[in-house]
Amino acid sequence: MTERQDISGWEFAEPEVRATGRARGLLRNALRVRRTQVGLVITALVVGLAVVGPFLAPYSETEFVGRPLAQNAPGTLFGTDYLGRDVFSRLLNGGVSVLILAVLCTLLGVGVGLLVALVAGYGRGWVDELLMRISDVLLAFPAIVLALLFLAIWGPEPWAIVLTVGAGHVPRVARVLRAAVLDVSSLDYVRSAEAMGLRRWSIRFGDLLPNVTGPLMVEAGLRLTYSVALVAGLGFLGLSGLEADQADWGLMINENRTGLTVQPWAVLLPVLAIGLLTIGTNLVADGIARAAAGIERRADR
Amino acid sequence: MSAAVVPGDAGRGGLRVRDLRVDTREGVPVIEHLDLDVPAGRVLGLVGESGSGKTTAGLAMLAHTRGGLRIAAGSVVLDGTDLARLSETELRQWRGARVSYVPQDPTTALNPALRVGHQVREVLDHHESGIAVAERWRRVQAAFEEVGLPTDEKFMRRYPHELSGGQQQRIGIAMAFVTWPALVVLDEPTTGLDVSTQSLVLKTVRQLTDRHGCAAIYISHDLAVVVEVADEIAVLYAGAVVEQGPAAELVGRPRHPYTSRLIAAVPDLDGRRELKGIAGAAPSPDTRPDGCRFAPRCELAIDDCTRELPPFQDVGQGHSARCIRAGDVRPAEVRDRMTQAADETPEPLLVVEGLDAGYGPTHVLRDLSLVIPGGSCVALLGESGSGKTTLARTLAGLHHQAAGTLRFSGEDLPFGSHARSRAVRAAISYVFQNPYSSLNPRRTVGDSIARPLRVLRGVDRTTARRRAAEMLERVYLSADYADRYPDQLSGGERQRVAVARALISEPALLVCDEITSALDVSVQANIVELIDEMRHELGLTLLFVTHDIALVRNVAQQVAVLQGGAIVEDAPTERLFTDPAHTYTREMLDRTPTLAS
Amino acid sequence: MTIGRVVVRRLAAGVLTLLVVSGVVFAAGLLLPGDAARAVLGRTATPERLEALRQQMHLDDPPLGRYWSWIGDLATGNLGDSVITQQPVTQLIGERATNSVLLMVLAALVATPLSILLGTWSALRRDRLADHATSLGTLVLASLPEFVTGVVLLFLFSTVVFRWFPAVTDATRPVLEQPAVLVLPTVTLVLAVSPYITRMMRATMLEVLDSEYVHQARLKGVPERTVLLRHALPNSIGPVAQVVALQLAWLAGGIVLVETLFAYPGIGEGIFQAVDNRDIPTLQALVMLVAAFYVVVNLLADVIGVLANPRLRAGAR
Repeated sequence: MTERQDISGWEFAEPEVRATGRARGLLRNALRVRRTQVGLVITALVVGLAVVGPFLAPYSETEFVGRPLAQNAPGTLFGTDYLGRDVFSRLLNGGVSVLILAVLCTLLGVGVGLLVALVAGYGRGWVDELLMRISDVLLAFPAIVLALLFLAIWGPEPWAIVLTVGAGHVPRVARVLRAAVLDVSSLDYVRSAEAMGLRRWSIRFGDLLPNVTGPLMVEAGLRLTYSVALVAGLGFLGLSGLEADQADWGLMINENRTGLTVQPWAVLLPVLAIGLLTIGTNLVADGIARAAAGIERRADR
Repeated sequence: MSAAVVPGDAGRGGLRVRDLRVDTREGVPVIEHLDLDVPAGRVLGLVGESGSGKTTAGLAMLAHTRGGLRIAAGSVVLDGTDLARLSETELRQWRGARVSYVPQDPTTALNPALRVGHQVREVLDHHESGIAVAERWRRVQAAFEEVGLPTDEKFMRRYPHELSGGQQQRIGIAMAFVTWPALVVLDEPTTGLDVSTQSLVLKTVRQLTDRHGCAAIYISHDLAVVVEVADEIAVLYAGAVVEQGPAAELVGRPRHPYTSRLIAAVPDLDGRRELKGIAGAAPSPDTRPDGCRFAPRCELAIDDCTRELPPFQDVGQGHSARCIRAGDVRPAEVRDRMTQAADETPEPLLVVEGLDAGYGPTHVLRDLSLVIPGGSCVALLGESGSGKTTLARTLAGLHHQAAGTLRFSGEDLPFGSHARSRAVRAAISYVFQNPYSSLNPRRTVGDSIARPLRVLRGVDRTTARRRAAEMLERVYLSADYADRYPDQLSGGERQRVAVARALISEPALLVCDEITSALDVSVQANIVELIDEMRHELGLTLLFVTHDIALVRNVAQQVAVLQGGAIVEDAPTERLFTDPAHTYTREMLDRTPTLAS
Repeated sequence: MTIGRVVVRRLAAGVLTLLVVSGVVFAAGLLLPGDAARAVLGRTATPERLEALRQQMHLDDPPLGRYWSWIGDLATGNLGDSVITQQPVTQLIGERATNSVLLMVLAALVATPLSILLGTWSALRRDRLADHATSLGTLVLASLPEFVTGVVLLFLFSTVVFRWFPAVTDATRPVLEQPAVLVLPTVTLVLAVSPYITRMMRATMLEVLDSEYVHQARLKGVPERTVLLRHALPNSIGPVAQVVALQLAWLAGGIVLVETLFAYPGIGEGIFQAVDNRDIPTLQALVMLVAAFYVVVNLLADVIGVLANPRLRAGAR
């Protein structure tokens, strides 16, 4: 143990490290990062399109407006899909479900992951051990395989999608946040709270949680990105959680991909929408990570 | 290389630094006007507190800078060659061969994936590739022998993590001396080592510089350590040398107010000087004042001091100071300290009997007994690994794995804070070692201080806030600190806040766990003063845990010496220092560096 | 040698993982609403057909007994019969497994060295244009779902813009007879995993390059090449090996979408078919296969990690 350290930081010519800034300060710092700004603009555009879209769509998502896979069908902006429905109207209608499901998956995954982390990162030895063993084992499932198995059994219901995708996030979120909680719980201000005789849960929420908001926000951003990708991917596999003829970006790609040569719009537009959305959310997550000093972007999914 | 050769200065000329300046990327000087002369075979001590730029200065001797800094002006002439003007490729021939560096923390400075023998041999591989491999191994062995390490094959094949801290640091020193360089820069090489290891390392450094006739710069925050090893001392403050001269002369007759106050802040093992800190904090590079950097904290400052950086004034005997009032500077007062005799047979406040404590299968404390009399200050003295923190934490209810009896004010005291009543938790307070980690960065200072009052005394929010503001004033911080966050405070200010938090519940016993070890000496003295004042005012009982035997003499009435989890000596302070009973105590007393040597 | 003990320990952990995973996978089958046989065959099934399937799936046996016999069968390579095609799953898997492993190994062989080089290069060019470009490029690629990348590749190189590579695989011929079909799926997978490895490599390398021992090596006058190869690289392999393993394990899931997109006859496409047909026994067997692959990859990564770290190598307890 080093009895005495040069903590001022200047000897190493680093600016003062603010390991844990206050949450508001962190967001403000994140907003100063260029990629956060770009990410927010992109995300807002795609979300705006998905939310306002259904009200602007020229046709109903189920209406047949021309012959199938026509690039220049009269009265359409981007032609028709494989059944002769308006591609643009289906694009405008197909985002809401992806968004809602992805947000719910993220909330579930990050919320439960956080609770597990708070218990496992600051608890008695065997609880920690047990929870982490379980999450180790669950990590063995690539998230989509896990989701597919249960969705095949339960059917592609919206609640089943939220449950399986969200549950897939839990072990990964728990692992990252537990490491953060473990770091914080070794610090003396936690000892100080213990010496006052405070209850564990009051220390968890009063001392630990406020000091892991950095990694928590980064995780939320990352998980949102992966949730969008997974939900859209399930839609691509035909597991969208919607009625058969309803529009869904992932589904649109799958049903129209055989016509890619003759009518690329029907595939490219939803691909663009999904791609922009994931890029946007991931840029925001990266911006937050950069703002929160010392939090390295995670390298696994 | 010819351009860099300075005429008429070739040969074993030692080091000559002139007007060196290192800037940040933005052009703010971190160190400037640096002039140093170190002849071959001599050791220069470079003393400075944190933020003074001493590590930057040390690395600049190798024409190396770190993290966005650059050498902006000046020369570093070694054996007639100006290193500051060499290219990186040319410098590579010099670094490790003619000029070498011993870093502060050997645990991070050794490559964890390379065997120690190879790491040392690597220097020869690159600089003396002309000699045979077997001969290089012999050189490595000789270097190991010189620093007192085993030289057998088995030891050479070890990895850094298989060695103790002291051994690792000796590897670092062997690596620096194996090429018989002209200059060695040692950057706080003994920080974090125990007193006995430190004294061995210091002896080794001195021997090696004498034997190889090389110049050395010994960088440290600890004036007493530097006096032990250096011929000359240069004192660095806020990026500039403020005073330099022969070691004994400089310490005995300081001519710069900063040096004089720094000496007063160093705990005196003989206990004849009163411990006195320096108010305020050293400025960071971008907030340095015009003129003398120390002027804002200086009692002798006059208007002229703030005009320009004072030039060096020769005060005789090779001694010079950057102060226009050098003639008025007086050495730290030596006067008979009030001998802090213990009160007449006070009631014991805390009694420890037969305490065993450990972590898992490891026993840390064995059958330990201790009595802390009410109203006094008991020092718990021990080196790292002695179990002092475990004992302190057990008393504070932070360590459960323990057996034995604790009695507090005559009542049985259970282990673990949860088993204790609110009144008892309020009556025993704890101040932690590191003020950078003991305050929750997400709580305002006022909130942190008020918390124990609300949790332990059930005081309402408004009253607690008012009491916290009062407490801030008592620890000499203004009440408006209440709305600040810890990252807006200096280390000394944070520790004052931590003290305020510990005192607000009006405890009877305050456990101070190495509370000054993360602070600079000048700040340490202030905190010690504060603690002492609080003890008298509030009638506190103190358990002062420390590794610093010199500090003990300045704060405690009774000392318990902890070694290997057992108390080997427990005596009134004066007797412990004048007539130590245990060999371990005597050894520590002998080996602790003092300014007087 | 202690490395042997590490392997044994990790192998035991791997077997344990497989056991737990198999428990979850088997339990998932029990979650089928109503009668599993009816769920598979649908409402229109005849009673005789239902009874036959119940027999085949041993639905009348107690769950624990069924679990043990299922596990025993898995361990001996008998993966059961598909309830749809009535063929042994092993037969269905045989060629698909080879195809998938081929795809994944190709992707790993391209992605790993590429990412390690790119990450190191980026770290050495820290804060210069090349570094920023790499950072942004990998960030964007890491954001994109693999089927999105795949569709864009299809658009660019197989249908609309160029027609260099086939869009789908001819399932009636062996893959090795038509190597061109491997290109786009492999590139898609490489683009999916490389950004993560690259970013991790860059971060680890930066950390190592900024470590005290690398500074110290420079101050010893060690040439930059040696600093990089002898001091920096060995110390950054360990953490990167973990990420490579995670990414390769991710491949096992990534192939579902990619193989489906390119109609590539592999395990992933098999999983898609099984989901589509609600062929639960086949699906269960395939999921176990994926888990087994994960365990093997992780074991390899652990061994590499231990070999790169003398602290673990010598003192593995």
